[in-house]
Amino acid sequence: MHLENRLAYWRANLRLVAICLSIWFVCSYGFGILFVEELNRISIGGFKLGFWFAQQGSIYVFVVLIFFYAWRMNKLDKRFDLHES
Amino acid sequence: MSLQALTYLVVGLSFALYIGIAIWSRAHSTGDFYIAGKGVSPVANGMATAADWMSAASFISMAGLIAFLGYDGSVYLMGWTGGYVLLALLLAPYLRKFGKFTVPEFIAERYYSRTARIVAVICLIFISFTYVAGQMRGVGIVFSRFLEVDVTVGLVIGMGVVFVYAVMGGMKGITYTQVAQYCVLIFAYTVPAVFIAIQITGNPLPQLAFGSEIAGTGTPLLEKLDDIVTSLGFTQYTSGTKSRIDVFCITMALMVGTAGLPHVIVRFFTVPRVRDARLSAGYALLFIAILYTTAPAVGSMARYNLLNTIQPGEIGAPQGNLAYAERPQWFRTWEQTGLVTFEDKNGDGRIQYYKDANPAFRDEARAYGWEGNELTVDRDIMVLANPEIARLPDWVIALVAAGGIAAALSTAAGLLLVISAAISHDLVKGIFLPDISEQRELLAGRIAAAVAIMIAGYLGFDPPGWVAQVVAFAFGLAAASLFPVILLGIFFKRVNKEGAIAGMLTGLLFTYGYIEYFKGLFLKWAGAPFGENVAENWLFGISPEGIGVIGMCLNLVVAITVSHLTSPPPPRIQRMVEQIRVPRELEESHL
Repeated sequence: MHLENRLAYWRANLRLVAICLSIWFVCSYGFGILFVEELNRISIGGFKLGFWFAQQGSIYVFVVLIFFYAWRMNKLDKRFDLHES
Repeated sequence: MSLQALTYLVVGLSFALYIGIAIWSRAHSTGDFYIAGKGVSPVANGMATAADWMSAASFISMAGLIAFLGYDGSVYLMGWTGGYVLLALLLAPYLRKFGKFTVPEFIAERYYSRTARIVAVICLIFISFTYVAGQMRGVGIVFSRFLEVDVTVGLVIGMGVVFVYAVMGGMKGITYTQVAQYCVLIFAYTVPAVFIAIQITGNPLPQLAFGSEIAGTGTPLLEKLDDIVTSLGFTQYTSGTKSRIDVFCITMALMVGTAGLPHVIVRFFTVPRVRDARLSAGYALLFIAILYTTAPAVGSMARYNLLNTIQPGEIGAPQGNLAYAERPQWFRTWEQTGLVTFEDKNGDGRIQYYKDANPAFRDEARAYGWEGNELTVDRDIMVLANPEIARLPDWVIALVAAGGIAAALSTAAGLLLVISAAISHDLVKGIFLPDISEQRELLAGRIAAAVAIMIAGYLGFDPPGWVAQVVAFAFGLAAASLFPVILLGIFFKRVNKEGAIAGMLTGLLFTYGYIEYFKGLFLKWAGAPFGENVAENWLFGISPEGIGVIGMCLNLVVAITVSHLTSPPPPRIQRMVEQIRVPRELEESHL
């Protein structure tokens, strides 16, 4: 029971990490580097979109991602009854 | 009051504040000294981490670097922020659960090996000293420019202040001082940025302003900037010159390196709970992002301001360039420091600033009667001179001086602390004198901190030629050595002592070898660098700045392969990994 519970918790954590890191990768390496020229054809608010992701957007996404992960993990901790007392 | 007196006053007040905090938060135990007694709130730790992380380079140099690099400068923006995501998701909560004092201590226990501990200590000391030398230099530069004292005197004052609060207060003193330093530096950074944003675009928010239209013209700033720089032969501001794979690898090396830097990791040992470690990483990045999203705005506006000053009229028109005799006051001030220089190559008494190395533009420039670029501007002055260029009041200039010093001191203190902890806790207690009493270990920590400050001061006073080059090395090294073994230690139970040591050494030697080969570090006497540092010679087109990524991959592959060929870690290590994976403290019988 204890072991299965912990394994399930760990799998849920790994899934969440994988989702967050995919977003992390796409918004920085994807939009800011690999597809920057394609996105630069789009212009929003005076910025070329690829350039904006490289110098602004990716950083905003990083901040949101960490808070999102912390919030979801707190819920996971409680659901599997593994939170700190 | 004169500017100099005002600067003395503002800097003096900030020093009094730091020392006052140090006296209030003295360390009484090794727990206080190494990790502030695990009593720091997530928000305070976030601010302290931000100040710890943002160095003299972030405050003084980064915006200038971006101003001259344009899009290529993005590697620093993404690279020095994205690592916090890795830290928050992959390392910080687990290391906090582990709940000890230092990074080498985790590596020693997880890999049940004193050899692994020693290798980790060597990596840590090298990375940290590289960094700290740069900070001390930064303190010296700010002092000499704004307080008009000798660089050496500035250094000694800076060393003295760090000495008081790092040696007395340890991590506890440093943490609360860094909170104050964060407030000083972020205020000093954003105030001039807001003023300049209003002057150029009318939009007070720098993050939006550099996409806005230039006041009274209807042309967006970045579009105008692209237009001016390309017509002077420079690369378009919003696109770069580096190859895509190199931008990719440099960004990745900086991100992974950030997550592997001991002085950053150890900050997450100071919060009370695992959940605080996760949250605290979010606050840290939020506070860092305030500066890091302002910096590219400052960079583009500074570049625009500079070009507009030098080239007020039409390009190529006889009266189009600024006459040297009419140069503004800030230009004269910075000329005295040698950071701005002018050489009238065509003897017309006017300043021409353009990319003379661009063959496509050479003929056009010659037709204008230009005979080479006449102006060199050190990138470091962009932030420091900004308030003067924008004609802001004196108190803003004084504030920028205090901010630059705060950025340098806070980072230096954090680095000095991990160096002293590595010596007193990992070497003295961990290896040589396991039975040492807590009081004596604390004393050893204080002595180690004092000695480290002396060495750092010396390195700042007389930097060996390779200091500038080794910054890339520090990140590459952290990415290729420490990060992979910590990551594997948490996520792969099967990785054992043999795998970790082999992996660390492979990553370390490969990365070091590559940088030595192209840039030359310690083997100058033997003829290093051995290869010309150009893209044609690089492995897969990756520059030495980005090679840590390959080192990291090699480390991971070697560590996993060797681990599978040797016996698995003992059961108690497997139980330890189970334990650090969950926030709650589990009883041994449940594991």
